[in-house]
Amino acid sequence: MTATEAAPDTAPAGSGPLLELRGLEKRFGPVRALRGVNLEVPAAQVTALVGDNGAGKSVLIRTVSGIHAPDGGEILWEGQTQRIRTPREASALGIETVYQDLALADNLDIVQNMFLGRERTRFRLLDEENMERAAGETLATLGVTTVRSVRQPVASLSGGQRQAVAIAKAVLWNSRLVIMDEPTAALGVAQTRMVLELARRLTDHGLGVLIISHNLNDIFEVADRIAVLYLGRLVTQGPIAQYDRETVVDYITSGRSDRARPSPSPASPSPAPERDAKESA
Amino acid sequence: MTTFDGADVDELHAEEHDDEQDEDDLEVAIVPAELVAQSLPEYFHAWVARLRSGDSGLLPVLVGLLLIGIIFQGLNSEFLSAGNLVNLLVQGSVFMLLAMAEVWVLLLGEIDLSAGFVGGVSGVIMAELLTEKHGGWEWWAAVAVALAVAALIGAFQGTLITRIGLPSFVVTLAGLLGFEGVMLLILGNGGTLPIQDNVINDFANGNLTVAASWIVVALVVVAYALYSWMRDGRRRSHGLVAPPASVTALKILGVAVTGAVIGMICTTNRGVLVPIRGVPWVVLIVLGVLVIWTVLLGRTRFGRYVYAIGGNAEAARRAGVRLARVRTMCFALCSFTAGMAGIIYASRLRSVSTNLDGGTLVLYAVAAAVIGGTSLFGGRGRMVHAVVGGLVIAAIDNGMSLQGFSAASKFIVTAIVLLVAVSIDSLARRGTKA
Repeated sequence: MTATEAAPDTAPAGSGPLLELRGLEKRFGPVRALRGVNLEVPAAQVTALVGDNGAGKSVLIRTVSGIHAPDGGEILWEGQTQRIRTPREASALGIETVYQDLALADNLDIVQNMFLGRERTRFRLLDEENMERAAGETLATLGVTTVRSVRQPVASLSGGQRQAVAIAKAVLWNSRLVIMDEPTAALGVAQTRMVLELARRLTDHGLGVLIISHNLNDIFEVADRIAVLYLGRLVTQGPIAQYDRETVVDYITSGRSDRARPSPSPASPSPAPERDAKESA
Repeated sequence: MTTFDGADVDELHAEEHDDEQDEDDLEVAIVPAELVAQSLPEYFHAWVARLRSGDSGLLPVLVGLLLIGIIFQGLNSEFLSAGNLVNLLVQGSVFMLLAMAEVWVLLLGEIDLSAGFVGGVSGVIMAELLTEKHGGWEWWAAVAVALAVAALIGAFQGTLITRIGLPSFVVTLAGLLGFEGVMLLILGNGGTLPIQDNVINDFANGNLTVAASWIVVALVVVAYALYSWMRDGRRRSHGLVAPPASVTALKILGVAVTGAVIGMICTTNRGVLVPIRGVPWVVLIVLGVLVIWTVLLGRTRFGRYVYAIGGNAEAARRAGVRLARVRTMCFALCSFTAGMAGIIYASRLRSVSTNLDGGTLVLYAVAAAVIGGTSLFGGRGRMVHAVVGGLVIAAIDNGMSLQGFSAASKFIVTAIVLLVAVSIDSLARRGTKA
């Protein structure tokens, strides 16, 4: 379980998608936050999940990462149905989520943050040298070269560097799928580019990436696939080449578009999302 | 968010052309000097940059200690005499131990106001167990029971704080009142209970022989040197940056010189009628506690989680750290250490009495930890801060007593020193963070 094994070359098994959601349902009292969502997240690709505020993006990733239990539908991981009840179980499968607040302790340095909760020890004492080397190697694999020392406290890092550390922390643990919640929301131009390049580099190593974003520029720059949520329904998904900006905006704002007809992928419920939701309910 | 852009030079060069020099300086500054420097001059440069950036470490308080020494020596040439310096170390030991106790909870961003009287209860229990009335326990058994009771008190308070979610200020304020009551109850009002046990009285009043003193000093220096060389070697063997050998050698030399000076002071005859010489036992006790607590805090998972909780409890929770357990443990360790302080206090007076002012003691202890550089807001601080801060408080107390100042002026001067220390720290840090 070293970082060098963790980050690169974990090639996807089989040809199916890494993660597949089938008819996923989530209710909060009378509110149906997710209505029969079918979504495919392949390995070695960046999938962008977009949608307006309240469309259900956060609920969806929280369900996948074990914070919410789904009320219906299936989560398939590498083709196998899985029940993900806690964040620990998600981690055990290889699903790591980088939340918007990043969950870094400012007073700890990069190594300490990356290994928080999973410190390596030697004779019951922390094996700092081992962890420092592994952290440095992981950052180097991901091409994060702007940090001067991995012994820098996180408080001294820029927004983009913090994001990079949070992502590196997520990939350190043999993860297969990294979910990023609005990774570029608070970043400037250069830092946004750095984070997007980082996402691409994860796919180079065979990891699946699911990015939530409001920023269509970022999405068209980095994503291989796009999926649009509208009021809890997944209204369209497919390779990003089949979409243009206007179409995506249509889907985000009204749940449909007359401009383009993306060749629907097998799981795409876009033609009749309502009926689909009923079936799985 | 407390970031500053200096760390991001590579990316920002394209956008911001001004202040490039500053950025370079700051970037060096935030990395510990020993991790970027390859030679002695480079190390010194990095260290100065780090100081300028506001991360001053122990330097201000050591300079403060030096100033206090110069001022009091100017007022009264007795101050730096061997006898008074050793006396000062012994007087300071209770502050140092109590301040180390407080560091455990200050790191979480909490406070323990009850530590003074928990120490008092501990001392009284020990003294009672030693009396014939209670069967005249062996000294070690009495000490063990007293410390166990202290730890249990801490675990109890910690449980109230973490499981029920009560504020530590309120719970330990209740402890401050309640345990004074318990202490009075055990002792009976107005009572003083002398301690007859020689071993316990020697904790604070006994000295090593001159030969043993030098052996201990030598052992400490050798242990430090071995540890430093082995750590550097291990870092190099892992392909990591280690401090230049010259820096490590200088540090070892520094420790050796300090050890030699302390050894010489302690082995100088300081008796008036009969010769008294040797390192006091209590100095070894404080040193031992300092080393063990520093290892626990700096080199174990538990210690790492203490810092993580103080820095970002939510991040620690998501990382799978059991917050309630770590927090409760910290309160137990705080009270346990306070119990040691209470025993040393009793040993120094060779008795326990109802006069113990645990309220003032605990506030002095918090002040000592903060003067040394520990943050009240959690996440930042070290055990050595408590020891150096305790030394400052003891030096002020001792120096002003030598001059015959009243208790009133001692309180006021200590207050001013506390404010100055916190202000220097706060101003230095404001410079670094946007």
